[in-house]
Amino acid sequence: MTDGWVSWRVRHVWERNFHVFVRTWKVSFLPPLFDSLFFLVALGYGLGQFVPAIDGVEYARFVAPAVVAIGIMNASYYETTYGSFVRMYYQKTFDALIATPVTIEEVIVGEILWGATKSVIYTALILPLLAVLGVISLPGSLLLLVLALPGGLLFGGIGLCFTARTPSIDTLSYPQFLFITPMMVISGTFFPIESLPVQIQWVAFALMPLAHLVSLSRALTLAVPAPMGLVNLLWLTVVTAGVMVVAVRQMRRRLVV
Amino acid sequence: MAVPAIQAEGLVKRFGDLVAVDGCSFVVREGEVFGFLGPNGAGKTSTMRMIACVSPKSGGRLRVFGLDVDRYPREIKAQIGVVSQENNLDPDLSVFDNLVVFARFFEIDRTEAARRAEELIDFFSLREKRDTPIEYLSGGMKRRLTIARALINRPRLVILDEPTTGLDPQARSLIWERLRALRDRGSTVLLSTHYLEEAERFCDRLVIMDRGKILVEGRPDEIVSARMNRFVVETTATPEVIALLEREGIGYERFGDLVHITVDAAEPLVQRLVSECSPARLHVRSATLEDVFLRLTGRGLKD
Repeated sequence: MTDGWVSWRVRHVWERNFHVFVRTWKVSFLPPLFDSLFFLVALGYGLGQFVPAIDGVEYARFVAPAVVAIGIMNASYYETTYGSFVRMYYQKTFDALIATPVTIEEVIVGEILWGATKSVIYTALILPLLAVLGVISLPGSLLLLVLALPGGLLFGGIGLCFTARTPSIDTLSYPQFLFITPMMVISGTFFPIESLPVQIQWVAFALMPLAHLVSLSRALTLAVPAPMGLVNLLWLTVVTAGVMVVAVRQMRRRLVV
Repeated sequence: MAVPAIQAEGLVKRFGDLVAVDGCSFVVREGEVFGFLGPNGAGKTSTMRMIACVSPKSGGRLRVFGLDVDRYPREIKAQIGVVSQENNLDPDLSVFDNLVVFARFFEIDRTEAARRAEELIDFFSLREKRDTPIEYLSGGMKRRLTIARALINRPRLVILDEPTTGLDPQARSLIWERLRALRDRGSTVLLSTHYLEEAERFCDRLVIMDRGKILVEGRPDEIVSARMNRFVVETTATPEVIALLEREGIGYERFGDLVHITVDAAEPLVQRLVSECSPARLHVRSATLEDVFLRLTGRGLKD
């Protein structure tokens, strides 16, 4: 209750989610893969026919890293919003867990770690498909598996912050259309971020985690140096740490009464 | 003297302005079945949640096995099993998996967890449902599994919040029987219930709570004999009956068209009632915990 730091017991929370996942993975993992492929086909090959190469990069190869980054985001964000909310509110799983020697902090960190794991699993599944389509360069793109972890932690933490504050499952759609959707559009995903007005570029880099993730992801799949690679990494690290602390505090406030 | 399983002194729980538990003191000894009785909103669940170290106390002292709940929650939680009012099983998992996955949170290794799970499945008569996902279980089976799960760490203290509420009589009696078996093996059982007749039969000691305060503590039979005459005469509230009682100055309580008169010797009153009033209905029974409960907490609806 008050002796609150996170011990290795956090792995049990992760394991519990993993255990459920093994039983339901077919249902939970095919849709995100198809989602990514639809995007790639519709944009990369459909729209791509009308779009000239961007800085010498054909459009499908330009969009592919963004599709992966969005997939990384979705995998953990949806896990810790809708997934965690269902566990917390409907299944009362967290109540059951904090009655064991596990602390609430460990439950929360375990949820975020699990969200990040889903991002990594997603990346592991989508990479071969993109490799077959020939839209990513190898072996550099394999580093996306590593990038998926901080990316997943970050979006998992953001998701839990919303879960901690949402009054009901319906209101979880607010952060989605007020934050996730605009971010998906202005983060250098479907067109270069440089084509936006410079103020919006600043907003994107200051506030939009996806912009940093896309920037790093694109450098990896195109095997080119990231223009602001270090800044992107630093930004992701600092914000991830901050978001995780906020998520734990908010969830404590909600659950420890 | 041995360290009590639970020792509370002036225990307080506040939610904003609401005082849910208002200075409660009680002792639960090791190896007894101890009941929390009281109307809804009396503070039973809040008290149990503080004992289970899932809800911080707002004041007073609370020790479980001699350990302070604020300082040693992990150590305490390792030794207790909790069955909450709401079903919080994992709906995606089978009966067996629910047990073994939960065991991991207590650092029980896989082989040992599987062994204990099989044992508990038998103990709670769930053998045929071992591999069934829990969404296909009946309410009684789910409750049995929830209790089984709370025993996976071989707890010294089991805390159950209304373990028999909403179940049919067969399911209820099975649960009581298992809880007693558990007590006979040396575990301490702490529970809340609305079934006063069951509490009277199965609890070694109990408290009755109302509005955050403990009204009485003790053995059910002692509580009844200390507070009530031995018998309750129940009869129709006809004007003749009321007139007789008023005339003789005999205390009575009126519930709708019935009156209850508690007496130590029923025969003289019954004879007079029969001969002077010939009421349509006359019934003599022993005073029960329910009579004490209603007298202490009142008959008005609580929520």
